Amino acid sequence: MKNRINQLFETNKKDILSVYFTAGFPRLNDTVKIIKLLAQNGVDLIEIGIPFSDPTADGPTIQRSSELALKNGMSLQLLFSQLEEIRQSVQIPLILMGYFNPVMQYGVAEFCKRCSETGIDGVILPDLPLEEYNEQYKMHFRENNLHNILLITPQTPAERIREIDEASEGFIYMVSSASVTGAGKKVEDFHQEYFERIQQMNLKNPRLIGFGISDHDTFENACKYSRGAIIGSAFISSFQDHEEPEKTIPGFIKKIRKKN
Amino acid sequence: MKYDVNEKGYYGEFGGAWIPEMMYTNINELRHRYLEIIESPDFKKEFDQLMKDYVGRPSPLYFAGRLSEHYGTNIYLKREDLNHTGSHKLNNTVGQILLAGRLGKKRIIAETGAGQHGVATATVCALKGLKCIVYMGALDVQRQAPNVKKMKMLGAEVVPVHSGNKTLKDATNEAMRDWINNPEDTHYIIGSVVGPHPFPDMVARFQSVISLEMKKQLSEQTGSEFPSRILACVGGGSNAAGAFYHYLDHEQVELIGVEAAGKGVDTNETAATLLVGSPGVLHASRTMLMQNKDGQITEPYSISAGLDYPGIGPLHAHLFKSGRAKFLAATDEEVLKAAVLLTQKEGIIPALESAHALAALEKLEMKPDDVNVINLSGSGNKDMETYLNYFGY
Repeated sequence: MKNRINQLFETNKKDILSVYFTAGFPRLNDTVKIIKLLAQNGVDLIEIGIPFSDPTADGPTIQRSSELALKNGMSLQLLFSQLEEIRQSVQIPLILMGYFNPVMQYGVAEFCKRCSETGIDGVILPDLPLEEYNEQYKMHFRENNLHNILLITPQTPAERIREIDEASEGFIYMVSSASVTGAGKKVEDFHQEYFERIQQMNLKNPRLIGFGISDHDTFENACKYSRGAIIGSAFISSFQDHEEPEKTIPGFIKKIRKKN
Repeated sequence: MKYDVNEKGYYGEFGGAWIPEMMYTNINELRHRYLEIIESPDFKKEFDQLMKDYVGRPSPLYFAGRLSEHYGTNIYLKREDLNHTGSHKLNNTVGQILLAGRLGKKRIIAETGAGQHGVATATVCALKGLKCIVYMGALDVQRQAPNVKKMKMLGAEVVPVHSGNKTLKDATNEAMRDWINNPEDTHYIIGSVVGPHPFPDMVARFQSVISLEMKKQLSEQTGSEFPSRILACVGGGSNAAGAFYHYLDHEQVELIGVEAAGKGVDTNETAATLLVGSPGVLHASRTMLMQNKDGQITEPYSISAGLDYPGIGPLHAHLFKSGRAKFLAATDEEVLKAAVLLTQKEGIIPALESAHALAALEKLEMKPDDVNVINLSGSGNKDMETYLNYFGY
């Protein structure tokens, strides 16, 4: 079967909305419920966060959701068993996102195999560098038709962007500006110059812009320069008054898609 | 050299630069420029001058006569406690501040546990007039109040970190986040031989002044630059890396690292990473870690805040795996006894960290003619409250 990420990007779809959430947050068994609700409400792609004790690339919101998810008892093992039947009800691409150490302890080969069995289409591991991936792990990803999504930032040199483009399948995760996740930004904080520079490089992979996308304005702006954008911290913050996901998700997605 | 880092930043299977792409530009610049900079004549000249006139080097190699008699062998102490700011930490921060200047960085960040590295960083920032931000776990801010005051007087901003368990590991996470958020004007002065390549090698080189001096001093005092063994405490492992450095390829010299056993290596309250840990990736390095089966990092414990780290420098993981160095662990209890023994035999109050190396003397078989060197990495001034609470003086 063709990877669902490629299927998505091969359509003419614009303004692709990808949503990140931390598995096991706010409650241990919310994972499947949140995925279904996001899919039902028109999200195009979902990034399921594997919580880690030391999330060095994340801001306070995802730090807190990870801490709570671990307290709730989330683990990679448990996540896979929660997702066992997910493909019976959800058809959009699913990506696992997390840090390398839990994957390493699970076993990279075994992890990739399990992803494929579960119907996971891609993985984002920010602290797995391009070189280590190419040398040691690429074969496990390829064998399982699993895409490793790589990041670029405003500081990434052009030559390296080409290398990343070469090694990427699916899409490139374009970090909006130099920061950890969730640094509440406004449209004017984004580097137009960077967005335009990347646009003009004619990369073979499509791009989604993430980090600091929090509302309709930032989403719309990012979409002008890419196929779509990724929302994480802002979505997680919407749970903070501990309302039921059923109540918060439809309204949240509607607000991102369209101004009130 | 057999135990040198390779061009990819590995010591055997350990090390590397497991950085998120957001840190790539900074790490890449460092990786390409650190050797050229620190080996340049003008850098060397300024570094050597500051080591001598500012840090107060060479630090003495002291023959501890009464302690030697007690153990029936020869014991020498490398007196890093006599450096300015009271520990070996300043060797590294002086080196890194000179490097930061040559890289054109204007803003310095650091993590600290007990506060020794924070004070050493704040000190060199004052010396060079650079802005200094020190991340410190909120719990450590409370526990190490005197060092917090020193850093503030030195002009540094101390940022309490409230995430996780509010200790060294969390302070390191926050410093890394700061570096991600400030990719252009900032240099991160890591305090130990940990983190992504080239930090472990760079910090080891700055600390290698310890074994360089040791060779000369031993030669003068004993007629041979090679001792029977060298003992040093290991948390991240910077003082041990410095004390071992010039002896790594001389396998006749036994190298012994002493980890913090805390309440015992068979309890949950320990910081003996090599003895209880397993390979993993933390703080951008593949090394030995204290972790659970799911790969979540577990909290270390030790009476000494400076050894309270769930990882270890990749060099030490390699020395452990290859068998080049031997690693022991000393419990809080053993450490306190060793500290009092040194104090009352020699009139030197050691840092709790350094007392781990002293405690290992109880566990070794030493011959009367052996020459044993202990790296006395720091002074006990900062630990008086712990000593007083324990012994009730």
